[in-house]
Amino acid sequence: MSTFLQVIVNGLGQGAVFALLALGFVIIYKATETINFAHGSLVLIGGYVAFAVKPHLGWLVAALVGVLVAAIAGLLIERVLLAHSRNASPDSLAILTIGVDVIILTEVTRRLGTAAAPFLGDPYDNKAMQLLGLTVSRTYVVALVVAAILIGLFFLAFRYTSWGLEMRAQSENREASALMGIRSWRVTASAWAVGGALAGIAVLFLATNDIGGGSGLLSSHTVAFAAFPAAIIGGLTSPGGSVVGGLVVGLANAIAAQYVSLDFANVAVYLVMLVVLLARPAGLFGKVEQLRV
Amino acid sequence: MSETVAAPITARPAGARKTLLLKTIGALALGVVVFLLPLYLSSQYLLVLMWVFTGAVGAMGLTMLIGQAGQLSLAHSFFVLVGGVSYAVYASPGDKDTIGFGLPTLLALVLAVVTTGLVGALFAPISGRLRGIYLGVASLSLVFLGFWLANQLPSIAGSASSGRYAPSLKLPGFDFGEQNPSLYVLNVEIGSAERSFWLFAALTALAYVAGRGALSGRVGRGWRAVRDNEAMATVMGVSVVRQKATAFAVSSAYAGLAGVMVVWWYSGLMKPDEAVDFGTYGTTVAISYLAMCVIGGLGSLGGSILGAAIVFGLPQLLPLLNGSTSAGSLSGTAFTPVVITNLIFGALIVLIIMFEPRGFAGLGQRIVRLVRR
Repeated sequence: MSTFLQVIVNGLGQGAVFALLALGFVIIYKATETINFAHGSLVLIGGYVAFAVKPHLGWLVAALVGVLVAAIAGLLIERVLLAHSRNASPDSLAILTIGVDVIILTEVTRRLGTAAAPFLGDPYDNKAMQLLGLTVSRTYVVALVVAAILIGLFFLAFRYTSWGLEMRAQSENREASALMGIRSWRVTASAWAVGGALAGIAVLFLATNDIGGGSGLLSSHTVAFAAFPAAIIGGLTSPGGSVVGGLVVGLANAIAAQYVSLDFANVAVYLVMLVVLLARPAGLFGKVEQLRV
Repeated sequence: MSETVAAPITARPAGARKTLLLKTIGALALGVVVFLLPLYLSSQYLLVLMWVFTGAVGAMGLTMLIGQAGQLSLAHSFFVLVGGVSYAVYASPGDKDTIGFGLPTLLALVLAVVTTGLVGALFAPISGRLRGIYLGVASLSLVFLGFWLANQLPSIAGSASSGRYAPSLKLPGFDFGEQNPSLYVLNVEIGSAERSFWLFAALTALAYVAGRGALSGRVGRGWRAVRDNEAMATVMGVSVVRQKATAFAVSSAYAGLAGVMVVWWYSGLMKPDEAVDFGTYGTTVAISYLAMCVIGGLGSLGGSILGAAIVFGLPQLLPLLNGSTSAGSLSGTAFTPVVITNLIFGALIVLIIMFEPRGFAGLGQRIVRLVRR
């Protein structure tokens, strides 16, 4: 029983990180209708910069710098690349982000080279703690708490600030919201910045022994891949759904790793996604696209 | 992907016979050049070209699926894996560790292509229900599934550490893996490298001609109808579900052929990947195939050959030009050929989507139009 509870805590902790990633993904999708295949690269670039400045500035400042850089990277991708390819369809823009992803992944992996695996979770990585009589890794608990606070803040902002209102209006109807005086570029740019920042925070938990595994930051691009199924399971148009999707992915991963095999954990996530898609082709909470003839 | 423009159906212009003649002469000249290439190139360069042909066959399948039938797939490397594994199972005799039927190699080749096509058709219940990006990510799960299955079933796919071997193609009287050749053309000994090169070139030509035939006929029209507007296609009596299933089946069959070519290229070695991201059949390769299609121009068969030359050819060619022999990998901080190629094709994808969404095929059409004017 205590093993099971431990698995659940681990799963929720991982799931919270995936939820952060998937939420950023969905925000970007809602604002620009573009699937951001470079999300793993935003993770990687934030983590790389944080790792590079960590020896000079200490962990906390490095973490803040990393988050900031990831946000700026997201902003730049939108402002410089996407905003200048207006004629391309959203699907082509998704392929464009694949190109960006290839470039960033290649360059960061080259810079990291064959040196020792970089880790970012100094204050909590590899430290056990007691929680209600269970021994759990601190990373999962910290991740869960941080993610819960951030996601709560996001939903408050999404619901009550004028930024959130503009965001919702634009995803409802782009032209009408522009006619109402909402500056479209500001909404999309801020969405990419927020998505990037969330990715920059997620990497602080991904590049750890507990979640990312032995190769630290190097594997976080691959681990961040799980944000796609998370966002798809929840439905690409639903921020709330992405949180649910993230938790489902984290739990499926942890349970499969514990009770089947470590290799199967990755596959289990995608199998869950296929099953969800077979039942609901637009995800659990996604808006079903109406076809008009 | 609606930016690819379908070839308009026009009445044959008066000069059609002349262009046909020119095209035939061009094809014949190209055939002669390709036939003579192995006599002048060393086997290293032949291997590069063979790898390009392999990529081209796979990319042709994917470009038809994405550009003509409008279905995004990130599972192409999975189907390449299926093709390679099924050829190995059909063609190799099998031993205590591996299952094998020991069928004649030509039959095994055909069966491997058919099997991969059927596996693609099996994906129809999912591909028929999903659209656009949902389909892309759903198909990505096949790559993860394939990686896991291949590692779970070493008796079929070979073990991830040492793999399994499959024989090279043997036609009656002509063995493509001939070790002691007695055939000479222009005083050049035609060994296994030269023979395989001809085989790969012929298969690529076959794939191209078959693809052209499919696209210009009823099949291609059905795909484009579904791509442009599913509702309209249904109204006109085109079965959307069936078109999507055939598109996936044909595209996977091409990937299956590419998979067999991959096995031959590795001198018969069929070895599953040890990691899902880097390797011969992983996610990176799936994205590479997509890159070839985008660089060549989505939907263009000729363009996909050019895309393969850039994405598959460059990392093989650069070390040869540098004089070093190893292809290098994504490790160390040096600018290895793989790093350079990745940077180039990443940048090409970005630039092409931004400035010429129809890829090099679109560029080519523009140039032709400029010349004609």
